[in-house]
Amino acid sequence: MKEHDIERLHARNNQVHLSFSNIMLVFVLFFLFIPLIVVVTYSFNETKEMNFTGFTLQWYKKLFTDSSALWAAFTNSLLVAMLSSITATILGSMAAIGIKWYQFKARKAIISVSYLPMVLPEVIVGVSMLIFFSSLNINLGLFTIYIAHTTFNLPFVFLLVSARLDEFDYSTIEAARDLGATETQSLFKVVIPSILPGILSGLLMSVTMSLEDFVITFFVTGAGSDTLPLYVYSQIRYGVSPVINALSMIVILGTMALAWVCKSFLKTIAANS
Amino acid sequence: MTQEIIFRTIHCTNDLPYGGIGKPLNTFPVAASHITRAFGDFKALDDVSVTINAGEFFSLLGPSGCGKTTLLRIIAGFDYPDSGSLTFDGKDILDLPPEKRHVNTIFQTYALFPHLSVYDNIAFALKLKKRSKEEIDEKVWRFVRMVQLEDHVFKKPSQLSGGQKQRVAIARALINEPNVLLLDEPLSALDAKLRQNLLVELDKIHDQVGITFIYVTHDQSEALSVSDHIAVMNKGKVLQIGTPYEIYEAPATEFVAKFIGETNYYPATVVSFESYKDEYLVKALVPELGGEVLVTDFEPQEPGKEVAYTVRPEKVHIATELHTKADRLINSYSGVVEEPVYSGFQSKYFVKLDNGSTVKVLKQHENYMDDGPDIEWKDHVYVSWSAEDGFLIKEMGQ
Ligand SMILES: Nc1ncnc2c1ncn2[C@@H]1O[C@H](COP(=O)(O)OP(=O)(O)OP(=O)(O)O)[C@@H](O)[C@H]1O
Ligand SMILES: [Mg+2]
Repeated sequence: MKEHDIERLHARNNQVHLSFSNIMLVFVLFFLFIPLIVVVTYSFNETKEMNFTGFTLQWYKKLFTDSSALWAAFTNSLLVAMLSSITATILGSMAAIGIKWYQFKARKAIISVSYLPMVLPEVIVGVSMLIFFSSLNINLGLFTIYIAHTTFNLPFVFLLVSARLDEFDYSTIEAARDLGATETQSLFKVVIPSILPGILSGLLMSVTMSLEDFVITFFVTGAGSDTLPLYVYSQIRYGVSPVINALSMIVILGTMALAWVCKSFLKTIAANS
Repeated sequence: MTQEIIFRTIHCTNDLPYGGIGKPLNTFPVAASHITRAFGDFKALDDVSVTINAGEFFSLLGPSGCGKTTLLRIIAGFDYPDSGSLTFDGKDILDLPPEKRHVNTIFQTYALFPHLSVYDNIAFALKLKKRSKEEIDEKVWRFVRMVQLEDHVFKKPSQLSGGQKQRVAIARALINEPNVLLLDEPLSALDAKLRQNLLVELDKIHDQVGITFIYVTHDQSEALSVSDHIAVMNKGKVLQIGTPYEIYEAPATEFVAKFIGETNYYPATVVSFESYKDEYLVKALVPELGGEVLVTDFEPQEPGKEVAYTVRPEKVHIATELHTKADRLINSYSGVVEEPVYSGFQSKYFVKLDNGSTVKVLKQHENYMDDGPDIEWKDHVYVSWSAEDGFLIKEMGQ
C-alpha cells in the first residue's frame, strides 16, 4: 500500500459519524467513567455532603499526614501483591513449560485441576482455604493471604504462558542444544525471551487481581493484616470518608501510569521479536 | 523477491564466493549399526545400518514417514534408539548429549531464533563459547558474506524470505565448525527454481568446507544430482546403499526401482543363464511380454526363481519401423500408441502391445533428421531395447 493510501485510510477512519456504534461508545464510556469522575470531584469537596460546596485539598492532606491505618493496609496490599504475583508467575510459567514438554503421569489431571481456582466461586475458594489453614493450625495473617493470592493467580499465569508456548517452535530449543547450549542455557536464552510477553502479562494480571481481591482475602485475613480493600470496607461503617476518595484519585493516577509504562514496554518487546 | 534471490544465486555461482571461510574443517566418518527405534508398536527405524565416509555428501532418500528425520535426530542426539549403536570416528557417542557432539543440524523448519536478529542467530554458538567480541564480529561477518546476507544482517527472521532463512540456518550451523552437517530437507519449503539453485550452492559449500554432509530428502532428483552415496529408505528400513549410478541403474529391490525414476515392471521367472562378456546372460519368462526375454546380470540366476524384469522408459527405442539392428540381444515388440504425452523436449508414450500389456517409453526430441516423422496417437509402432538395458529385481515386495 502506498503511503498516501494509508493516509487516506486514516483520514476516513478519523471522521466522526453520528452512527449507532458511536452513540453506544459514548454511552459506555460515560457509564464507565462517571463513577470515577464523581469520586475525583468529591475528593476535592469541602464537606462530606453529597453536594459540592467548595474546593479543598484537606482530604489529601489528611490522607498523607493522618491516615496511618490506611497506609498500613496499603502497604500490606502492595507487599502481598508483589510477593504473590512473583511467586505465581514463577510457578505458573514453570508449570506451563513442564506440562507442555514433559510427559509424566497425571499430566492431564494436573491441567484440569490447575484451572479450578479460576472457575470456582470465590466464596468456595475462600472457605476451603480457611478450612485448610485452620486444619493445619496456621495463624491467619499476611502469610495466609499471600498463599491464597498466589493460588488464585496461578491459573491465570499458567493460561497466558501456555497460550504463548503454543506458538513457540520446539525445534528452536533443539537448535539451541545443537549449537552447544545446555538445557538450562536454552531455557534462558531461547525459551524465556520468546515467551516473555506471556510471562509479563501474567505478572501484571496477578498484581491487579491481588490488589483488588476482597472475598478470598476476607476469609483468610487475621487480626491486623487488613489489605486495602478490607480496610476501605471496614471504614464504610463510619460513612464514606472523602479521604478514601482522595486515595482513589491517587490509585487511578498510579494505575494509569503503570498501564502506560507496561504498554510501551510490551511495545518495545513486540518490536524486537 | 524470489527473482532477486535466484539472480544472486546464479551470480554467485560464477565467482566462487566461499573463498572467505578459510581452510577445510575437520571431519569424521559416521556409522550407525542395527539401529531400531519404535514409537509404541510402530517401528520408525527397523535394524538400520549405514556407514558414511568422512567428507562425503551422503543422502537419506525415502518417501514421507519412512524414518529419515528419526535417524537424523538420533545422529544429532535429540532421540535415542531402542537398540543399535552409533559411532563417530569409531567412538561410540550414543550417550553424549547433543551439545557435546560435533554435529550441527539444519532443521526441516529452519528453527531460527525468532527473538534474535540474523547477526545474533549466527553468533549464537560463538557467544555460548564466550569468544571475544572482536572474534565473534569478524567471524559472523565472514559467514554472512559467505551466504550473501550482508543486506539483511540486522533483520529479524520474520522479515526474511524462505531462501534467506535457509542461508541463515546454514551460516548459523557452519560457524560452529561442525565435523558433520545434518540437513533435514532444507529445500523442501522453497519453490522449484530456487531449490535447484540452492542445491548447487549447497554442493559448492560442501566442496569448500570439506565436511561430511548427511542430507535428508524425499526428492530423488535432488539426491541423484549431488550425492556421493545414497541410502534409499522405506518403512523404517534401508533398502539399498549405493552411488547415484548404482541406485538408478541397478536397483536392488522393487521399491527402489519404482521410487527412483520410472520403470516398466513385469513379474518374471528365470529359465536359464549363460556367460556373457564378464557378466551373465539370463533368459527369463515374462508372461506380460508374451514370452522369454534376454537380460544381462552380474550374477548367475537359478532357473525357476521368481524375479521381476524391468526396463527404464528412456532405454526403450520407439519407431514406426522395426529396428534394423534386430538380433538375439534386442527385445522387440509391436503395438499401438495409446497415449502420447508431449512435454517440450521429450515425449512419453504408453504403447499397448499386441498381447495387451503396456510399455512406457520416454523419447528425447532432437530434430527432424534424427527423429523422423512424429509418432502420434493410434500409430502402429515397434518398441525395442537391448538385453543390456533391462535388469532383474530379485527382492520383490519391498
Ligand atoms: N515422537 C513420535 N511419536 C510417535 N511417532 C513418531 C514420532 N516421531 C516420528 N514418528 C513416526 O515415525 C515415522 C517416521 O517419522 P519421520 O519423521 O522420521 O519421517 P520422515 O521420513 O522424516 O518423513 P518426512 O519426509 O515427512 O519428514 C512416522 O510414521 C511418524 O509418524
Ligand atoms: Mg522428516
